Amino acid sequence: MVPLSWYLIFSAALFSIGLFGVLSRRNAVAILLGVELMLNSVNVNLAAFWRYGDVADIAGQVFAVIVFAVAAAEVSVGLALVISVYRRRNTVIADDLDMMKW
Amino acid sequence: MTTETLIWLIPLPPVLAFFLIVLFTNRSKALSHTIAVGAALLSWLGSMIVFVRALGVEHLGEHPFESSINWLPTGDTWLKIGVLVDPLTAVTLFFVAWTVLMIFLYSIGYHNYGQPEGDHDHKGLPPHGATVEEHGNKHVVPSVEPMYARFFAFIGLFAFGMFTLVVSDNLLTLFVGWEIMGLCSYLLIGFWYAKPSARDAAVKAFMTTRVGDVFMLLGIAYLYSVTGTLSFRTIFSEEILHTLATIPSGFLGFSTAGLIGLLLFIGTVGKSAQFPLHVWLPDAMEGPTPVSAMIHAATMVSAGVYAVIRMFPLISLDEKTMTIVAFIGAFTALFAATIAVAQNDIKRVLAYSTISQLGFMIAALGIGAYVAAVFHLITHAFFKALLFLGSGSVIHGMEHGVLHTGNHDVDPQDMFNMGGLKNKMPITFWTFLIGGFALSGFPLVTAGFWSKDEIFADAFGHGEIAVFITLGSAAFLTAFYTMRQITLTFLGEARTAEAEHAQETPWTMTVPLIILSVFAVGYGWVGIPEHFPGLGGLVPNWLHEFVGGTLAEHPEPVEFSWVPLLTSLVVALGGLGLGYVVYRDIDTPAEDKLQIDFLKRKYFFDEIYDAIFVRPAYWFAENVVYRFMDQGVIDGILHLFGPGTQGLGDGIRNYFDLPVINRFFGDGSAEATYWFGGKLRAIQTGRIQQYLMLTLIIFVLVGAALYFFVLA
Repeated sequence: MVPLSWYLIFSAALFSIGLFGVLSRRNAVAILLGVELMLNSVNVNLAAFWRYGDVADIAGQVFAVIVFAVAAAEVSVGLALVISVYRRRNTVIADDLDMMKW
Repeated sequence: MTTETLIWLIPLPPVLAFFLIVLFTNRSKALSHTIAVGAALLSWLGSMIVFVRALGVEHLGEHPFESSINWLPTGDTWLKIGVLVDPLTAVTLFFVAWTVLMIFLYSIGYHNYGQPEGDHDHKGLPPHGATVEEHGNKHVVPSVEPMYARFFAFIGLFAFGMFTLVVSDNLLTLFVGWEIMGLCSYLLIGFWYAKPSARDAAVKAFMTTRVGDVFMLLGIAYLYSVTGTLSFRTIFSEEILHTLATIPSGFLGFSTAGLIGLLLFIGTVGKSAQFPLHVWLPDAMEGPTPVSAMIHAATMVSAGVYAVIRMFPLISLDEKTMTIVAFIGAFTALFAATIAVAQNDIKRVLAYSTISQLGFMIAALGIGAYVAAVFHLITHAFFKALLFLGSGSVIHGMEHGVLHTGNHDVDPQDMFNMGGLKNKMPITFWTFLIGGFALSGFPLVTAGFWSKDEIFADAFGHGEIAVFITLGSAAFLTAFYTMRQITLTFLGEARTAEAEHAQETPWTMTVPLIILSVFAVGYGWVGIPEHFPGLGGLVPNWLHEFVGGTLAEHPEPVEFSWVPLLTSLVVALGGLGLGYVVYRDIDTPAEDKLQIDFLKRKYFFDEIYDAIFVRPAYWFAENVVYRFMDQGVIDGILHLFGPGTQGLGDGIRNYFDLPVINRFFGDGSAEATYWFGGKLRAIQTGRIQQYLMLTLIIFVLVGAALYFFVLA
């Protein structure tokens, strides 16, 4: 059986790719994609720890499902915001959206 | 009730009356005087019962009624207070109770009880009269005293003081009563406080007697420190007297007894208005006349003499003290008599005669004539109360005349405004005549004759010729000015319209006069010397036996001699005769040859005291106390405090508050926050990815730090 650490390394890599995407992409949609990657890397972690822990306790699986639900909701709100911003300002570049400053 | 309990109760009714009147009944005139007179009556009744019981005891002097209680703990002993009735107290109680009762009764009439309220009377001023309408005619009648109840309250308190003083068995409560009377004297002299003269007189009386009182208190303290007791019976035990007589005091060669006696005697000099503290008594005549009678003739000034008589066993231990006492007494007797001759105010004449007669008593004590002093004290209280009340009646009658004519410029107390009052005021005239003759020592029938004669006999018998001659001259002057007073006031023709319209006073005033005149005559008969030609032995010399029993050694009566008797006869009759002859035809002060400025101004004593004591006191108060102490030192210190505190305040403000609190903490915190804000605004870019980057960097740094410093 594949050792737990492989899953964890995979998960960390996925998280790092997501984080990199969030920090480096200029497109707001791409940033949301990065966030999805980071959330899914967490889900991998949850499923792995469940599988290697007490299998009878399904809290890990339930938590993963909740993350899916929340991620779906979050993405729908986020995409709605992006569309709204685009309609008003005609851009989806994050760096241009800097009116929330002093 | 046992006699001892009764004695304790004697002083109480008047003080209860005082509090009742002051607290509850002061709005009701009738109730107030009923309570006061009722209280005096109760005390009188108690005194009479005690007196009668005392008469029934053989050798009362050795076995007096006494009772005492522990009062103040003094270490392992007690300071006791108590009551004592020995023969001296018994006879004093007798005359005090009678005169007090009479004067209370008289005050009702004197303050015009039952008359209407005055038209424009003010509290603190004598009543000015009220207009009434009768049968369509308006006329002015005397008006009731505005502070009627207050007067009765004060004399009630006064009576309490006097009774306390008389029945006490120790110097401490005697002194308490003494001071209560001093206070009442002040209050009553200043009774008409809206008159500046009355205010001044009250202050003068209080201050002058206070001088004496301080010395007396010193004497009491000295006595207590030497003997450890203040109780008369203990002090007069042979052992303590012997100790006191033998220990020298270290002051001018006096023995302890002599110095204590002298200090106590100075108290008497103040209270009984002896030279040189006599100046207050004539001024005290500013008070209402019943006050003059009660306080300044019959009781309070007698209390001074009573105190010396009481301390006689102690005072008589030292020859030097006795000489001083005799000298002061005799000198005062003559000195005051000479002033009395030139006075025109009817009450002032009596005031000086009081001083003079008190001098007689003091002189009698000074030569060791104990019984004679007591005798004269009693007879004097009766006839001087009578004379004062009589003069009050005269003034009252004259005021009636003044109200009738409406001429308020006429002084109703000036004898030259009187004359011919004999027919207008017969009762007053006859009783005043009796009092005046008693004062002059009119032979055989009056009490004054017997008591004064006894003083002469003692002075002559003891070989005190100087005292004898002085007192003889004083007695001559006494008879002279008394007759002058009677002649000017009552005889001849009315000199003013006011005297023309004088009226006899109401019964509340005349009845006390009649009762007192009975005593002014009759009291002399209890002390007729046994060897007196003709009369001696008819009535036993009860007084001598009884009062003499107070002393451990019963004094022997002096042998009879014709010299003092003849002197007494000559001075009395001569003085009276001369007074009548000289003043029969005199109508104005200008015709009176004795209106010498020197005498009228009382030997300038007021002026001298003013220059020596009063003005320096004012000067001291003005310059030293006010200008130097108060303005210079006290205000100076205060003024140092003011600027000092201000300087300190300024310093704190300039060097701490402004720079540290305001600049550093106050402004500084704001500026620092502003500065940091200015610096920190650079990272507030509004770009989400920069924020996340920063978050990541801080997370990594904090994580690394935690890892290295905590986990590793």
